[in-house]
Amino acid sequence: MSSETKQILTTDGIPLEVSLKKAEKKNKIKAFLLVAPLLFFLIITYVFPIGDMLFRSVDDKMVTQMLPKTFKAMENWDGQELPEEEVFAAFHEDFIKLVEDKREGKLSTQLNYTKNGFKSIIKKLRRASKKFEEGNYKEQIMSVHKRWADVEYWRAIQRRAPEFTGQKYLKGMDMYVNEEGKIVSVEEDRRIHRVLWLRTLEIAFFVTVFCFLMAYPIAHLLATLPMKYSNLLMICVLLPFWTSLLVRTASWMILLQQQGIVNDFFVGIGLVADDNRPEMMYNKTGSYVAMTQILLPFMVLPLYSVMKTISPSLMRAGKSLGGTPFVAFWKVYFPLTIPGIGAGCLLVFILAIGYYITPALVGGASGTLISNQIAFHMKSTLDWSFASAMGLMLLSGVLVIYWLYNKIVGIDNIKLG
Amino acid sequence: MALPKYTEPHYRIWHYIYLTICGAVFFFLIAPLFVIFPLSFNAEEFLSFSDGMKRLDPDAFSLRWYKDMIYGTKNPWGLAAKNSFIIAIFATIGSVILGTVAALGLSSRHMPYKGLIMAVLISPMIVPLIISGVAIFFFMAKAGLAATHTGIVLAHIILGTPFVVITVTATLSGFDHSVTRAAASLGSDPVNTFMKITLPLILPGVISGGLFAFVTSFDEVVVVLFLAGLENTTIPIQMWTGLREQLSPTILAVATCLIILSTLILVTAELLRRRSERLRGINR
Repeated sequence: MSSETKQILTTDGIPLEVSLKKAEKKNKIKAFLLVAPLLFFLIITYVFPIGDMLFRSVDDKMVTQMLPKTFKAMENWDGQELPEEEVFAAFHEDFIKLVEDKREGKLSTQLNYTKNGFKSIIKKLRRASKKFEEGNYKEQIMSVHKRWADVEYWRAIQRRAPEFTGQKYLKGMDMYVNEEGKIVSVEEDRRIHRVLWLRTLEIAFFVTVFCFLMAYPIAHLLATLPMKYSNLLMICVLLPFWTSLLVRTASWMILLQQQGIVNDFFVGIGLVADDNRPEMMYNKTGSYVAMTQILLPFMVLPLYSVMKTISPSLMRAGKSLGGTPFVAFWKVYFPLTIPGIGAGCLLVFILAIGYYITPALVGGASGTLISNQIAFHMKSTLDWSFASAMGLMLLSGVLVIYWLYNKIVGIDNIKLG
Repeated sequence: MALPKYTEPHYRIWHYIYLTICGAVFFFLIAPLFVIFPLSFNAEEFLSFSDGMKRLDPDAFSLRWYKDMIYGTKNPWGLAAKNSFIIAIFATIGSVILGTVAALGLSSRHMPYKGLIMAVLISPMIVPLIISGVAIFFFMAKAGLAATHTGIVLAHIILGTPFVVITVTATLSGFDHSVTRAAASLGSDPVNTFMKITLPLILPGVISGGLFAFVTSFDEVVVVLFLAGLENTTIPIQMWTGLREQLSPTILAVATCLIILSTLILVTAELLRRRSERLRGINR
């Protein structure tokens, strides 16, 4: 009762509450309409394609579509003994069709991913199938090569029946599904992807550490110097930051080559013999040195912006209360810079983990990262589904780090604030 | 940063060690860039300092690699530079328009799902470039835009907008919204208000976002490697090819030009930043 009598009306007789809500809704729609063009542009050209990568990475329709009748006939096969004549006949029918379309090569490539040894026996089968007689295909196919009489190979074909597969992800971790259907690792000397993942983490981690150790003192100097000096020194940080990545990589290629300036210098001060110049490029050292210098500004800038806000009187207060400069630094100054450290380390680590250009140019074989492998499969082997799978594995790693950062640094921020 | 007179000796020593470390890091940051300058004037075909250069003999220096860059018959730099500028300019225009408009919406306090939408809008900056490259390539291939300028421009708009969104949102955070309300109360329509009131005030943020977008596009190589055909070659692509195959001094001549360009951009960005700080100082 009382609330109705107190209800305020606008000039056109609508209750104020209703009118306000309406206005609020209008404002919401207005704000959203401004964001909408960019949002939809990104969803169509960027978010969906990343979803498309997910689809490609598990898509395995190719073989399913190449051998439809075979897989239909295989439905009743228990996989213990060699399949019945019915399966062989269906396979023969599918195969003849593939040979007509000249697609049997694709089939052999695909089946070879599952089990080595299909390439040659499919070639042999193509030649032999021209002389096949009607009926009793089991005998005829088995006589082409002894592997066609091996139940393992038929099981390998059967494993390609599903339209979706996670095997590209397993391959990215050097694992596969063996004959018994168990997930196992490949032999130790063929575990190339695990080596690459570990190396990517290792290089990204140490580059982050090096960047931090180098950036902290200079960010501190820049934040405490008087403006006219710090502006000048800031150029040393900003000029590399704005300079082309390729130019900076090129300068490292010149510096680090065997007849390069760094080696000349080492010879000059007698550190190494002239005929024994060390290789500093086309290996891990090259990746470390070049990536640290290139990513250093990304560490300096967030640290600087945080240090700039810390009042110098805090350090003075710490010292006047009896702390030595080291204690004052460690107990007062350092904790205040943690948000900057978090932001800088996160940025450098995320950038380093996905680095491609610099490792490809100065890293050689032992300094390349997972990105280089992705690019290799995109451009050379054209195994796009594998490239997609590895890309998504890398992406999920990056997103986990991002999430962790939000959680950890976010909480710390509140405590310190 | 002079030390007070009463500083104890071992802190004094420690202070000088600290300054030496800082000096070494600054040297590490900036020195590699200065190696390129003298070597680009090398008269010989080597990428190290010749004896003549060490003696500062004028005959050891020449402009032959600059001539080769401009007049060389087989050199693709002309086409690459033209493409790079066209692509970067259109990508910058696209990024600035889309990004500024989106930032206006994002900094409205009525914006629903702000956090989630912001995360999507800046995702191209966080996702590793190689993954963006693969995803954008799949899209452009399906849309029939692979190996076209349009495709590369669209790709660079994707990569450039996060910078514009971030810089413009930051500028708008200190923006006094009562001036737009004042304009509206005086009878100005929203578009007019934006052009006459808001835009001039946030212009430093818009331009510095635009500079970021320009540099991102001008320097971008990973995505272009997937997208470009022979006709769409850009300066970074040519440098990439050159550095992989054969390091010729012509590349250093190009690199020198790029360093000069980035110096110009740096100076512009710095002037803008200071201007914006000054303006805000007056406002307060």
